[in-house]
Amino acid sequence: MPPRERPMTPLTLSAYTLVTTNGRGIGPVSQALRERRSGLRPCDFEDALLKTYIGRVEGLEDFSLENGLERFDCRNNRLAWLGLQQDGFMVAVAEAKQRYGADRIAVVMGTSTSGILDTEHAYGNRHPETGVLPAWYTSRYRYTHNMFSLGHFVRTCLGLRGPALVISTACSSSAKVFATAARYLQAGLCDAAIVGGVDSLCLTTLYGFSALQLLSEQPCRPCDEDRDGLSLGEAAGYALLESSKKIGKKGAVALLGYGESTDGYHMSHPHPEGAGAIRAIRQSLERGRLQPSDIDYINLHGTATRANDAVEDKAVFGIFGGSTMTSSTKGWTGHTLGAAGITEALIVAICLKQGFVPGTLNCERVDPSLRGQILRENVDRPVRRALSNIFGFGGNNCSLVLGIL
Amino acid sequence: MHVGILGVGLLSAGLEGWLKGREVLTGSDPFSPASLPEPEAELLPANERRRSSDCVRWAVQVAQEAIRQSGLDPREVATVFASSGGEMGVLDKLCRTLATSERIVSPTLFHQSVHNTAAGYWGIATTCQQSSTALSCYDDSCAVGLLEAVTYATLEERAVLFVAYDLPAPEPLNGARPIAAAFAAALVLTASSDPCLGTASIRLLSGDGRQVTAMPDADLERLRVDNPAARLLPLLRALALQGRHMINMNVLDDQRLEVEVDS
Repeated sequence: MPPRERPMTPLTLSAYTLVTTNGRGIGPVSQALRERRSGLRPCDFEDALLKTYIGRVEGLEDFSLENGLERFDCRNNRLAWLGLQQDGFMVAVAEAKQRYGADRIAVVMGTSTSGILDTEHAYGNRHPETGVLPAWYTSRYRYTHNMFSLGHFVRTCLGLRGPALVISTACSSSAKVFATAARYLQAGLCDAAIVGGVDSLCLTTLYGFSALQLLSEQPCRPCDEDRDGLSLGEAAGYALLESSKKIGKKGAVALLGYGESTDGYHMSHPHPEGAGAIRAIRQSLERGRLQPSDIDYINLHGTATRANDAVEDKAVFGIFGGSTMTSSTKGWTGHTLGAAGITEALIVAICLKQGFVPGTLNCERVDPSLRGQILRENVDRPVRRALSNIFGFGGNNCSLVLGIL
Repeated sequence: MHVGILGVGLLSAGLEGWLKGREVLTGSDPFSPASLPEPEAELLPANERRRSSDCVRWAVQVAQEAIRQSGLDPREVATVFASSGGEMGVLDKLCRTLATSERIVSPTLFHQSVHNTAAGYWGIATTCQQSSTALSCYDDSCAVGLLEAVTYATLEERAVLFVAYDLPAPEPLNGARPIAAAFAAALVLTASSDPCLGTASIRLLSGDGRQVTAMPDADLERLRVDNPAARLLPLLRALALQGRHMINMNVLDDQRLEVEVDS
């Protein structure tokens, strides 16, 4: 058994916002969850000729970044910018700046592919004789494709001067931002942290997952007995994290625990027994001083690949048994990769605040080999504490426990 | 925050391994970066090594050197991997393929394109299941990675392997991020007060670029400025010199990481 984790002080999500294919802001996203409206559509991204469904955010092609932000302009940062405009998030950050000072607020972002789409475009526009990449691209690489671009962009937009970094551990990226921010806060490196993640559609992931034969030709069907792969999506989400000792409003959503682990097994296949997943889930419970029975709902990673859903079920059933409600929300959003952590943490926040649990969209018949309690229909029921699982390439796992203070 | 340093790994042309490299860093031996090292990274299983990227072999080489010195079981050690651009060579190959009309992407190449590829290969080679974080902060990836590793070791009370690496991208991608020389280094850090090579106390302070510690040797200073991972050189030099030294590393032009090295 791994050593017991030290309990953590709950961290309040004092503001948060989310943009997915389902809508801009918490309101439209929760409405889509309630109305069971998927945002997945047949792939219409650029000239990608793939028979698959995608969760594309509308409107990213229709504007560019202005007012001193031109150098950051790329699909990923446009989506990042769109996210910052929703739910009064910028105002909440401005107020936090008043409370703590710009140098006391950290920016911890997650992404898997950053602005790689610009590099893809640049390679299509190499000089026909020299093979050199176009100057519009090379002069802006730092602000678009480099892995820190998103952190630099968000820190610039919000006018912050605290520590900043981008975590890029494939799909677990924007779940792990909560763990790093929690340590920063505990170590006194900052008084508040902006955590979040943005990942946007690109040819690399579309053709890459296609090459791995992990893309479904239909909208993804998590936990369904006939599931045959995932649908890719894109999203931007942010949360302002502060110590609940400073801003512990009763009824607010808080991070209660986190767990981080790896499989040490394979780059793109999960550990067959879910060893890494079990480790991450147990750690997240230990940090929150919680028992499995304290968890009312589990938002599964639930990508709808054959392997992920089976292994995750094994891990979840092993810890929680079959009575805890579980579901995957990827049928709404698609798999937003490096943004999946923040997307699903904030979907969990919606469930906690509104007292409902989304049933697994597109799951027609639950795979009878899965033993957990997989919900198909939405349920109205108070949720006090919930777990979100995210597992990624490189066998990188992160589980988060959120609850109502 | 205060940590012990249990092991060091180092690799660059003219700095091949910590034992030889530290003699160069103290000025005892000349810095002559003639030939590019070709790391064995023998910890990788043969089939993984054959298809691994240069970044993976460089990162694993310094990681295994540091872990061996530490005497720790790598399965008990969490990891933090810092790189400005990660797998630039893999990204070049992928983007070339995507610019063709067929777009036939190799599945292996795709899963090797993530920023945590080196971290993942290390975990697979050692069957480690501890936390592993891969991060970037452009030119300051090394300082921020060190901060992440020290914070983790201190608060989670678990040993951490910290690896910093950046390799020159192939043309034409090197035009977007010119790096001339490859560099990788690793430290094994622990919060406990066990006997160690040295200790490091770190503080994040406001500051600017003028306070950054440079390398006294002009060629080594050129390497430090050229490659984001080589920003670790002044800390490694302090460790090699022994005694007590204060190092400053730039963080985002408005902060600095102050590191007091004692060995």
